[in-house]
Formats: sequence, structure tokens, C-alpha cells
Amino acid sequence: MVVYTIQRIGLALLICFVAMTVLFTLVYVLPGDPATIALGPRATAETVARFRIEMGLDQPIPMRLANFIGMVLQGNLGSDLFSRRPVTTMVMEVLPHTLSLIAAGLGWAVLIGIPLGCYSAVRRNSFIDKFTAVISVGAISIPSFVVGIYALLIFAVKLNWFPAMGAGEPDDSLDRLYHLVLPAFALGLGWVGYLARIVRASMLEVMGENHIRTARAFGLREPRIVLRYALRIAILPTVTLLGLAIGGLLSGTVFAEKVFARPGIGQLVVDMVASRNFPVVQGAVLVTVGLFVLATLLADLVVAWLDPRVRASL
Amino acid sequence: MSAPAFEIAVGGAEPAHGFFANRLIQRLLGDPLGLLGLSLVLLVLFCGIFADWITPYDPFKIAVPERMQPPSLVHVMGTDSVGHDIFSRVIKGSQIALVVGVLSIALSLAGGLAAGLAAGYGPRWLDNAILLIADTAYSFPAVMLALAVITILGSDLRTIVLVVVIFQTPVYARLVRTSTLAMKNSEFIFAERSLGAGSVRILVRHILPNIIGPLFVLGSMDIPSVITLEAGLSFLGLGIPPPAPSWGRILYEGYNLIFDAPWIVVAGGIPLIITTLGFTFLGESLRDMLDPKLRRMV
Repeated sequence: MVVYTIQRIGLALLICFVAMTVLFTLVYVLPGDPATIALGPRATAETVARFRIEMGLDQPIPMRLANFIGMVLQGNLGSDLFSRRPVTTMVMEVLPHTLSLIAAGLGWAVLIGIPLGCYSAVRRNSFIDKFTAVISVGAISIPSFVVGIYALLIFAVKLNWFPAMGAGEPDDSLDRLYHLVLPAFALGLGWVGYLARIVRASMLEVMGENHIRTARAFGLREPRIVLRYALRIAILPTVTLLGLAIGGLLSGTVFAEKVFARPGIGQLVVDMVASRNFPVVQGAVLVTVGLFVLATLLADLVVAWLDPRVRASL
Repeated sequence: MSAPAFEIAVGGAEPAHGFFANRLIQRLLGDPLGLLGLSLVLLVLFCGIFADWITPYDPFKIAVPERMQPPSLVHVMGTDSVGHDIFSRVIKGSQIALVVGVLSIALSLAGGLAAGLAAGYGPRWLDNAILLIADTAYSFPAVMLALAVITILGSDLRTIVLVVVIFQTPVYARLVRTSTLAMKNSEFIFAERSLGAGSVRILVRHILPNIIGPLFVLGSMDIPSVITLEAGLSFLGLGIPPPAPSWGRILYEGYNLIFDAPWIVVAGGIPLIITTLGFTFLGESLRDMLDPKLRRMV
């Protein structure tokens, strides 16, 4: 397990390193002056000059890459081209909003999706099972930003049940929670479907195994078998999926933050794309990559820790 | 010489080429959800192909006196802030969606096929390099990388296609690599090799035909994701620039008028829902048919 953990952390670090290299080289992939490419033809000479110094364009590329990685490792993601504010500060200011949105979206997806998948597997081919199957596919396939816009239109604009924009008053937890309802609903709906399907398929597989048959032969009650013996194993693919879900949710927050005019890392990046403020985009994207890699790493380690079969094979 | 079937998806032994497609269509017609998916996909394809002939109005025509009209018999989905007929723009938008979807998936398939065959049949270092690239591509949240690329290249059709190719090529390369590796050591390939066939002949005449059918099915099922990505970026104002009536663009314009003209966002979302549902139902149905393990489970 220790060796596996070290190997897995090594792989995560390698992926982060390659991702940093990819993001760093993005401005150099096109022929021509990287400063002009990154800032566009309308950039002022002063901005171009500042960008050159900022990105260390007077140095050889390997040196620049080493400097960039060194800076990132020290928590320095560069600074905003126009306001000169540190990117790390800008990202950290909005990151809690994004993380709370992801937590709320994933939270309600887990709370609804897992029991729904479990129930569908136990009551296989029942009306609820078939209904869940169709609804799950629908929920998965409809883009989250369309769900968000329709939810905004129905529940905020027409019914006026929820606020249409913002993240709520900073010192009022209830108000913040209230502002989180619709964005979290839009973000998590597809994941309710995903989780329900994964848990159902996984439960069906586990319920057919010998140890479940043995538990039945011993006369254990069905709820105990389902919750104590089947779900414990069937939940494992879901843990892996939750790690991968963070990537999808980070993409989804870009749209949810736009639709509901919430502050967040997605909204920050979208604003900066328009002004071609590449250092901020680069830094913010790097943080999302780090979060995603960390989430998949944790999911893999949790699965290895929870599943004795995986543990034994390590 | 009979060849083994696609390793990833098909699982069982079935001959390649036309027989595969015929059986697939027959079984698809017997599945109500698959049939519904097929109908919706055909509807989108029909609109995309014949958009220039079937739109009731010119989708680019500005008619200020008719601006901001709610849905009626004259304008089924209403009009926008400059009097565009939204229904015509939705139909025309299907053309843009299909061009983006088909073009980027076709390029990704071509790239993935070449890289996957090379990785599966080529030297070990190439295999390792392709796996590392694939893992790195997965580590980027898709929309975030798209935004980073758009910051550098600007927003247009080429950039969106490029972003999709960056993401999808490693996915297909990995699938093709797995199949190629599995097939590389099969008896019929050994037999071919012992008869003196070269690597190119083995790849092109024997491995490729067994991979290409199911790979096309998988690729076509990714088209709605690409359409959604394009629409999402256009909704952020960073997709295909105006006046092209992308579905995401309609949503973007409607979002800004959501209090005064809510029918615009409703109209912009409908084609996306139809497309994604259609492809998903069709894909689910095809996947159940292609994957015997899953079929048994469901």
C-alpha cells in the first residue's frame, strides 16, 4: 500500500509537471512573437513590454520553463497584466465560491443518486427502475448550462422562489446557502443520473455474487444484505467516479457561475479570456488541473484503502 | 481468412464489414428507445443538411419592426432583439452544430487511429509516450483548457475544432491501441506474418477493418459532447463569432434578454436537448448491443 501510494503520488506529480509544461508552452506553439500572439494585435506597446518581462521572454525557453515551474512550486502564479495583482491572490479569493458550488452540486447528487441506484437495483425492472433509467439518461445528456438557464427562468425569473444572481451576503450563511440552491441543482443534476446508473449496475453485479447468496441462505434480512454487504462493495466504482467527477464539475462551474452571475474561478477565467490576460488564465487553469489531479489521486487511494481485493493485489 | 472482432466493445467473435452494420441496424429497429434516438438524430441531420431550403425566413435577415415578438403562427419560436426569426436560426444552427461535431470528431478519429495503430504495433517508447499524453489530456477540465487555448488563438471555428481534437484524439488513440495490442498476438496475424505480410499490410488489411466499424459508432456518440462544448463556449460569448446562428449564441442573446424575451432562451435550449437526447438514446441502445457483458447485466 505504501509503495502504491508513493507510485500514485509520483504519477500525479508527473501529470502536474506535464500539464504545467503544456500550459507554459501554449504561447510558444504558434510561429511569431509570443507576446503579440498572447495579447492580440490591439495590445499597447507598454503591455507587450510588460508581458515580455513577466514571461521572461528574453531568456532561453528551457530556462523560462524552469523559472515558471519554480515559481509555481513556491505558490507564485504570476501577476495580472493590467492590475498587477498576484494571480494567486485573485484565484484564492474566488476559489471558495467554486469549491462550495462543487461540494453542493456533488453533495446533492450523492444524496439522491446513490439511494436511487441502489433502489433501482433491488427493485429491478419495477416501474421506479424503468422510470429512473429513462430520467437518468435524460439528466446525463442535457447540458448543465441549459438546465441552469431553464432553472433560472422558471424558479428565479417566473416563480421568484430563488435569487437570480450573486453568491449572497458574505457574512450571512443562510443567504449564501439560498444563493447556492439553483446553481448546485443545475450542476449536480447530470451527476444524479450518472451515480444512479453506476450504483445500479455495480449493485446488480455484486448482488449476483456468492457471498450475497450465502448471506441469503443464512437467512439474513434483505435490507441488511443490501446495506451491509452489497452496497459496501458496490460503492467502490462510485468513489473512483467521484474523483473523475471533479473534472466535469470544474468545467460545469464555468457555466453555472456565468448563468447565475456568481464569483468563482470559472467566471474569473471567462472575464480574463476576453481581455487576453493570459497569466491569470494560465494560473487559474493550473489550479483547476491541480484540484482535478488531487481529487483523482485521493479517489484512487481511498478505493485502494477500502477494497481488500485491491489492497491485496498491491 | 476470418478475422476476430473488435476487442473493446464487441467482445464476441463476429465478422467485420457489412454484416456488422446490418445486424446493428436490425437490432436497433427493435428497441423503442434506440428508435426514438435514431429518429431525433435523423431529424437533426435532416435540418442540418437541408437548412438552406427549409428555413421559413432568412436566418440572417434583420427586421427591426418585428423585433422581440413572442412565439406565434407567423414566428413559431418568436423573434429576437433585431427581428431575426428564431426558428430559422435554430434550423440553420443545426448546420453549424453538425459541421463542428462531424469535422472535429472525424479529425480526432483520424489522428487517434494513426496514433493508436502506431502505439499498439510500434515500439514501446511510442506506446508509453502516447499513454502519458492521454493521461495529461484527461487531467485538464475540458472547458478550462478550451478557455486557455481561446485566450491564445481567439474564438472561431478552427480553435473549437482544435480543442476537440486535443481532447478526443488521445481517447481514440487509447482505444485503438488496446484493440491493436490484443489483435497483434492473435493467430490470424501470426499466420499473415508467417506468410510474409509486412506491418503496413497487416495494419491496413487486417487490423484496421476490425477496429473501424465500432470506432465510428463510438465516435458518432461523441458528437453531442462536441456540439455541447461549442454551444457552451458560444454561450460564454467565446464560440463561433456572430452573425453565425450557433445554438449557444442564441442562448447567449436570450440570456441577456431573459426578463423581457424568455422565449429566446427556451428556443435556444430545445435543439440542444433534442440533439443530446437523440444521440444518447441511440448511443445507449448501440452500446447495449455492442457490449454483451453490459447486455447481460441490464
